Amino acid sequence: MIPEIGHFALILALALAILQGVLPMIGAHRNNVAMMSTARTAAVGQLVFVIISYACLTWAFLQSDFSVAYVANHSQLALPTMYKVAAVWGGHEGSVLLWILLLVGWTVAVGRYSRSLPDSFVARVISVLGLLSVGFLLFALLTSNPFDRLANPPADGADLNPLLQDPGMAIHPPMLYVGYVGFSVAFAFAIAAMISGKLDREWIRWTRPWTTMAWIFLTCGIALGSWWAYYELGWGGWWFWDPVENASFMPWLIGTALIHSLAVAEKRGLFKSWTLMLAIAAFSLSLLGTFLVRSGIIVSVHAFATDPSRGIFILSFLGIVVLSALLLFAWRAPSLDSDAGFSPNSRETFLLLNNVLLVVATIVVFYGTLAPLLYEVLDIGKISVGAPWFNKVFLLPMLPLVFLIGIGMHTTWRSHKGSLLTTRLLIPAIVSIVLGVLIPGVLYGRFGVMVSVGLIAALWVISTSIIEPLRSWRRAEGAARITPAVLGMSVAHMGVGFFILGVTMVSAFNVETDMAMRAGETVEVADHTFELRELREVQGPNYSAIEGVIDIRKDGDYVAEVRPQKRQYLVQKNWMTEAGIEVHWNKDLFIALGEQLGNDTWSVRIQYKPMIRFIWFGALVMALGGLIAVTDRRYRSTATGAETT
Amino acid sequence: MKIMLGILTLSLFATAAFAIDTEEAMEDPALQARYEKIIDEVRCLKCQNTTIKDSNAFLAGDLRREIRRMLEEGMTDDEIFDFLVERYGDFALYKPRASGKTLILWIAPALFLLGGGVVLVNIIRRRMALPIDVDAAEENE
Amino acid sequence: MWKYFLPLVIFGLFFLLLKTGMNDIMEGKNVNELPSPLIDKPAPQFELPSLTDPSKTVGNASFANEIAVVNVWATWCVGCRQEHPFLMKLAKSGSVPIFGLNWRDNQAEAQRFLQQLGNPFVDSAFDADGRVGIDWGVYGAPETFLVGADGTVLYKHLGPLNQALWDEYFVPHIDAAGNTK
Repeated sequence: MIPEIGHFALILALALAILQGVLPMIGAHRNNVAMMSTARTAAVGQLVFVIISYACLTWAFLQSDFSVAYVANHSQLALPTMYKVAAVWGGHEGSVLLWILLLVGWTVAVGRYSRSLPDSFVARVISVLGLLSVGFLLFALLTSNPFDRLANPPADGADLNPLLQDPGMAIHPPMLYVGYVGFSVAFAFAIAAMISGKLDREWIRWTRPWTTMAWIFLTCGIALGSWWAYYELGWGGWWFWDPVENASFMPWLIGTALIHSLAVAEKRGLFKSWTLMLAIAAFSLSLLGTFLVRSGIIVSVHAFATDPSRGIFILSFLGIVVLSALLLFAWRAPSLDSDAGFSPNSRETFLLLNNVLLVVATIVVFYGTLAPLLYEVLDIGKISVGAPWFNKVFLLPMLPLVFLIGIGMHTTWRSHKGSLLTTRLLIPAIVSIVLGVLIPGVLYGRFGVMVSVGLIAALWVISTSIIEPLRSWRRAEGAARITPAVLGMSVAHMGVGFFILGVTMVSAFNVETDMAMRAGETVEVADHTFELRELREVQGPNYSAIEGVIDIRKDGDYVAEVRPQKRQYLVQKNWMTEAGIEVHWNKDLFIALGEQLGNDTWSVRIQYKPMIRFIWFGALVMALGGLIAVTDRRYRSTATGAETT
Repeated sequence: MKIMLGILTLSLFATAAFAIDTEEAMEDPALQARYEKIIDEVRCLKCQNTTIKDSNAFLAGDLRREIRRMLEEGMTDDEIFDFLVERYGDFALYKPRASGKTLILWIAPALFLLGGGVVLVNIIRRRMALPIDVDAAEENE
Repeated sequence: MWKYFLPLVIFGLFFLLLKTGMNDIMEGKNVNELPSPLIDKPAPQFELPSLTDPSKTVGNASFANEIAVVNVWATWCVGCRQEHPFLMKLAKSGSVPIFGLNWRDNQAEAQRFLQQLGNPFVDSAFDADGRVGIDWGVYGAPETFLVGADGTVLYKHLGPLNQALWDEYFVPHIDAAGNTK
């Protein structure tokens, strides 16, 4: 009964989405207030039914209703409750439902926080979001219904994929989707602007916070995915350039470019058509990502097992959405060109550089991800483009970008007075170079060019980012304080610096050893000793495991005990590795069990990973910077109307 | 059928538990270093996008063993990659060869950067010549 | 003015790429399948002990000067059990001799498998450590090769064989070889 209610609720949601997609748009065209006002109501109604539907599916999982095919495939009786809840998005159909839920959630939020926007504009935005809803609801109902029943329900389910039975799993997909879907708002804003033909300062001011919010979630979502892969997959890597990882990274790169482009648009009214293009591109890449993961067209550990017919549906949807947007663009963009100028020495130039380099980086990732497909379709051959390629070529646009951050932040608009390389930047430059060259050798025992380049870049970005906040802090009482916008920018850039620091150090000084060990033996890796005290059997709720108890010591002093496990999940019978990780601010000690080699002997992989936490810490700081920036007063409307800068 | 396909693929997905070399490191640290680099660049052909370094599959183990043998026989890195490509095709290498039909993969990023540079220069040239004291028009109709 | 249509054109081309890719998949193409670089090249040389009688050897010499099928199989391979009845039927028809490459298997269990279910192979080579498998570019069982009389690899099939697949992919090569004799 409940699954049927869930199914029916989706159909009702679709009906409302259609209304939401059509009526307000016509209303905006005819200036019909009644029709336009259906927008917010329809969106809320749609949300109610989608929530009901989602709740029904969650209920089916909690009740272990294996007559629902999706539940039977992704759950089992002994699955811990927390994972029964998370399992809702553990497979294709449920994740589509989650996507829809978040899309409507964003829509209602836009409806809620848009009181001071013109009715016709809001109507168009919500209408566009409604049409997107229609697309995804049709996708769910026609090809990916999570409520399909099984004629002969099994006694117990097939269990959730053990890789997904983990807290990181509980947060990564929702967080990522919030960001992914959030770019639909900027997209809808862009479409609304193009339909109305108006793209003014108001539009830019309203688009900025929504874009930044989506970006914040996407940043966290990607960082969570990386962190989760690190400790859950057991090989100690944190980014593999897998096609699906790239599918989430490309919208992030474009989203970052969009945030910077909006800055120029708001300040000088320039780059407007380019900003529109980026807004369209960011969401298009989100849709493309969805397509890649579910169509079966690429080889990936992330790929959902799915029907090609689903791939065709999303591809068609992608085609319609992007085609319409680009047609609108070709029509409206020419009129947005302007005749304002700026000097080559100006903040505008640096933001232009930022955009060019980020777009080049996106094109590079895009190219590498899709080149194998291109070769296959053209029948040239079957090739692989993997991490070795990406790691090298990605630096080409990114290294210059990173160094330019330091200068660009301290450049003024229109025409920068004086030299770009001011005395203000001198100390950071000297400090970065000196420390960057010395630290590797002094602290880690080895000098090197690449590691120093990376370290100099990281220290440069961090030290130049801290200048403005420091100056504000040291200014006299009563003088102008640093605005959230500038503080946010500084913090976000510092996050970039921390990220580069982590990546550089762990790439350069990572130590990895595999060895055969039996209980009682001790090995030494990277100045630490690891003693395998015992190997024992343990039982979990739905798995049994062999656990190694390992004592870590440094210079004779006890550091910690870790307990890596090799688990066998009872239903799916695969073996999973749960690494034992000892976390410090400046290093991780990562231990994992490999295979049983003989009587009581196991192969053990021990890794020393310096500064790796900075990778995710840096990403979090980036997101924090975004959050600070969003709180800036200029984005909040007063009772009498929006403030101007 | 769909369910079976789903379960099959999910279980393939789940065997991403990684592999650990069960053999001792090679005596020559230079060879060992080359070995570790090579196995990080070869695809586990049975798996859904993993290197033979990180894969549990027995084929990955077999390939690692072959690579050790080839290193000890004194083959160069290129010769080892040739060996693999002769048998499994270019698909086996995560790092595309810098020759033949994959040469373009290595040249393209530089071309993209160059293209970006051209666009950049054009825009700056144009904007330099325009008045900087005005802002772009507020509304566009 | 026309530069604003550029994104549309680029997207159009890209869309065509994806559409073509999807067409291939709709027609049953599997992205995980690896085309063999051995096609039209001489079959890799090997000589291994026979599975059934270790005092004898099986190798390229066993099927020189005649068109032959080389089937890679193992007792742990589910698909091999699936195709076994068809291989028996094929062997009985006598059209092409079938040689087995028993890959990474347990010798006793493999022998038992053939005793219990029947032996369609003229003989099977026992590849204990998989070295020969690697030379043939094997990455999963079952895999079936068609080797011409001159020792050239004519065709490689991945996955279990059945009559339909045999008729569609193997027979044309066999007929062509027969005609040129």
